[in-house]
Parts: sequence; structure tokens; C-alpha cells
Amino acid sequence: MLTVENTIKWLDLFADKVAAEKDYLSELDQAIGDGDHGANMSRGTAAMKEALGKQNFGTVQDVLKTAAMSLLSKIGGASGPLYGSALIGMAKEAGNADTDLTSIVQAGADGIQKRGKAEPGDKTMVDVWLTVLHALKEGKLTDAVIDQAVQATAPLKAKKGRASYLGDRSVGHIDPGAMSSGYLFKCLIAGGIL
Amino acid sequence: MKKIINKPEDVVDEMLDGLVFTSASLIRRLPGTNVILRKQKSEGKVAVVSGGGSGHEPTHAGFVGSGMLAAAVCGPVFTSPTPDQIAAAIKEANQGAGVLLVIKNYSGDIMNFEMAEDLASMDHIEVKHIVVDDDIAVEDSTYTAGKRGVAGTILVHKMMGAAAEAGLSLNELKDLGDQVISSIKTIGVALSAGTVPESGKPGFVLKDNEMEYGVGIHGEPGYRREPIKSSKEIAKELTDKLRDAFKWNASDRYAILVNGLGATPLMEQYIFANDVSEILTKDKIELPFRKVGSYMTSLDMAGISLTLFHLKQDQWLDWLNVPVETTAW
Repeated sequence: MLTVENTIKWLDLFADKVAAEKDYLSELDQAIGDGDHGANMSRGTAAMKEALGKQNFGTVQDVLKTAAMSLLSKIGGASGPLYGSALIGMAKEAGNADTDLTSIVQAGADGIQKRGKAEPGDKTMVDVWLTVLHALKEGKLTDAVIDQAVQATAPLKAKKGRASYLGDRSVGHIDPGAMSSGYLFKCLIAGGIL
Repeated sequence: MKKIINKPEDVVDEMLDGLVFTSASLIRRLPGTNVILRKQKSEGKVAVVSGGGSGHEPTHAGFVGSGMLAAAVCGPVFTSPTPDQIAAAIKEANQGAGVLLVIKNYSGDIMNFEMAEDLASMDHIEVKHIVVDDDIAVEDSTYTAGKRGVAGTILVHKMMGAAAEAGLSLNELKDLGDQVISSIKTIGVALSAGTVPESGKPGFVLKDNEMEYGVGIHGEPGYRREPIKSSKEIAKELTDKLRDAFKWNASDRYAILVNGLGATPLMEQYIFANDVSEILTKDKIELPFRKVGSYMTSLDMAGISLTLFHLKQDQWLDWLNVPVETTAW
């Protein structure tokens, strides 16, 4: 179950992970995008961590909403509104009385799909979110499941996002948004929140 | 790169302050943002808000003022503004009757503006949007699914601004906007690329004797490269494409916009306009509204675009002609 404390811990861990892997994320993006995913994500998650450290939060909804506003105002490009929509969706769901982690992640995935209109198999972050969601429902989310979901984007041909412009040339590369989403869920496990 | 700038990372910020200095009686900048607002509010009327990446000046902020845009949100060069900035513009610009967003069809712009629409709805502001996709050169481009939004956008700004001022409701404006957009088509040609200050290099390279038809306003690829032709020949190519797209008949009425892309002098724009007018006169279509100048630019790209707007109703011509108070119309 998400609490104010463990949600902040989760998102702080995510910010640290993105900062550590900033260059790698940009490297992935250079292959099939415009090469700035690491720089953009780390700018956003650093601002998020700062905002989360600055105030006292009463509810998980407030935490997620503050995180969303930081991400959508600082990341830019397409990843900003996509992560922003995910967290806004999660924040709305977190406000419901009898919610749980699975429903909150479901709301995040719905937010991303509503914004980006990607389907499973389009080689985007959606592929990771939906695989994670499925594993959560079955109580079987592990690092290995997440790694596999991220790696599984490599053989796909991109159908949404900047990489889709490359067509067949996108095949063989991991989707950078899938990788950063993978980090988010690995931090859920690392934070002991499951 | 030779440019009259200070630091590349400061260009948008400094440009906006300069713009406000130029038109201080008409516009103001929302503090802490890259949002330009008009000073004169029209209470009880729908507010029309637009924006997008910078580098297309005078679009979009140059069209903020009475009778046109209530606000413009200015992103980094060729990059969409973020949802928080757009949401701030929506909130400030709202005059109590809701807000219509005019978005150019780029994937990043659409995601950021729609996200802002969601944020505004959490603040209980009624928002709708229309998407301009007037460029008939190519389908699906570097930053676009479908057709790109280019110079015809300024005619949409004018129409929506005038109709909002005339008192149309948000729903009526959206319907009108969709009809207007489907009646506007644009096609262009580039002679050389613009240079984004932060990259310092031209976005693409054409040989000295080359031009490319259908290049986008961010340097996206067009549909054909060939040796540079005369203005008459370019006018024939572009009007042929527009004729195919519109399938017009004699005595149909159109508005015409000849638009410079940034580095093409007015002299060449007038020469080209003259050549287009000869062709359209032969086709016997009527041109009751005419405009020539650099309105939707691509930094210092050399080239020109031709926009035609099928005036299906007399009212539409009236709305194009209503006087406005803006920096650039």
C-alpha cells in the first residue's frame, strides 16, 4: 500500500536512479530519437525530488500531484506530458478511498495511453507499464519481469513517437522511455513498497 | 553561425522582453512564464489562446491583442511549451466564457496542450481545442502524424479572434474552427535552412543551386529537390498542388497569404505574389483578401509559402477584415 512516506521514498529513489543513468538514457535516445531523454528526465526528476523535500504532505494524492507538476513542467518534449499524465492519473486514483497499488498503476497506464495513444507492441513506455500492471495483478512483479519487459522493446518496430519515423531502423534498439519506466518500477521494488 | 544574440539559451526570454517593450500598450508578460497576454480583456467572450515552439516570429505572440489572440505561450525554439505554462495562460486569459486552444499539428504540441486542458479542467475552466494541419506537402513528418500546421495558422488566429469577439460560444467557435481549418491549405518551398541558436548549425543543407519543395517550418523534409527555378515556375508548381487539393471552380472566392519563411526579402515575396496572381486570374478565382509578408517564419530559412483559404461564407471575409490591435497582423 502506498503511504505518504513510501511514495516519497519511491520517487526519490527514481530520481537518484535517473540521475545515475542519465548518460545511458540519452545514449539509447541517440540511436532512435533526438538524444535528450537522459538530460530531460534527470532535469525533471531532480526538480521533483527537490519539490518533494520542501514541504509536508498530508496525502499520497498530494505527493503524486506535486511530483506530476514537477515532471510536466521540467521534462519537456513528449516525455513531460506522458509522465505528467501518468502521475496526474495516479494522483486522482490515490484520492479514492478503497484504492490499492494496482489500481493506481492502472490509472497511470491509462493516463499515458490517453495522452500518447500508443498500443501495446508500439515500442513505447506503454509496453513496460502494461507488463508491470499484469505482473502486479498476479502478485508476481520482480526485477526480472521488468528487465524482460524493457528488453522486449528492442526487436519491435516503433509505431509511435519520434522513433516511428525511422521505421525498420528502429528495430534492435531498446526504447528509452521503456527503460526509464523500468527504472520507476524497479525503485518500487528497491523501496520495499510491494 | 552569425546571429545578433547574447547567450543561445536566453534567446526566447530576451526576445519576449523585447516584444513587450515594442508593444507595451497592447501586451504584457505573465511574470515567471513565457506567456504573452493582451492587456485589453473582453469580458464574457471566449478567449483564444495559441502557442508552440519559438522561432516562427511574429507567430504566435505577435498576434496577441484585441480582436485576435488573448494569449500566446512561447516554448523554446522549435519545442513545445510545457503544460504548466499553457495552463497558466489558460487561467489568466479566461474571460469567463471558456478558452479555445489553437494548436498546430505537431505531436509534442498536441500532448502538451491536451495535458494543459486536463489541468485547466481540474480548475473548472472550460477548454476546447482545434488542430491546424494546412500543409499539403507531405503526410506524416518528423514531428507530426498526419499533415503539419504552418502559415495558415495565422488566418485561423484571425478568424477565431474575430468570431470570439463577435460573441460566439465555445462550442460554436470550435465548430467554426474545424470548418475553417478544412478550408485552408498551404504549400511552400525552401532555398536554405534556418539555424537553431542552440545547435549553431543549419537544420539541413541544400546546394547553392538547389531548392526543396514542401519543407516544413522546422526544416522537416519536403517532397522534391531540384535546381532553383524562376519565381513563375515555382508559382506554377505550388498553385498546381493547391488546385489539385481544392479542385476550385471559376468565381470561387479565396483569401491568399504569401508568406516569407524568414530570410526571403519582401521584394521576392511580391514578385512571387505577382506570379501567383497571374495564374489565379487565369483560373478566374476571386481573391477578395490578400496578404504578403513574413508571418510564419522558420528562423532564417530562405523560402516562401503560399496559403489559400476558401471563403465559403461572406461572414468569413468580414471576420478576416475586422480591424485588430496586435503587434504583427
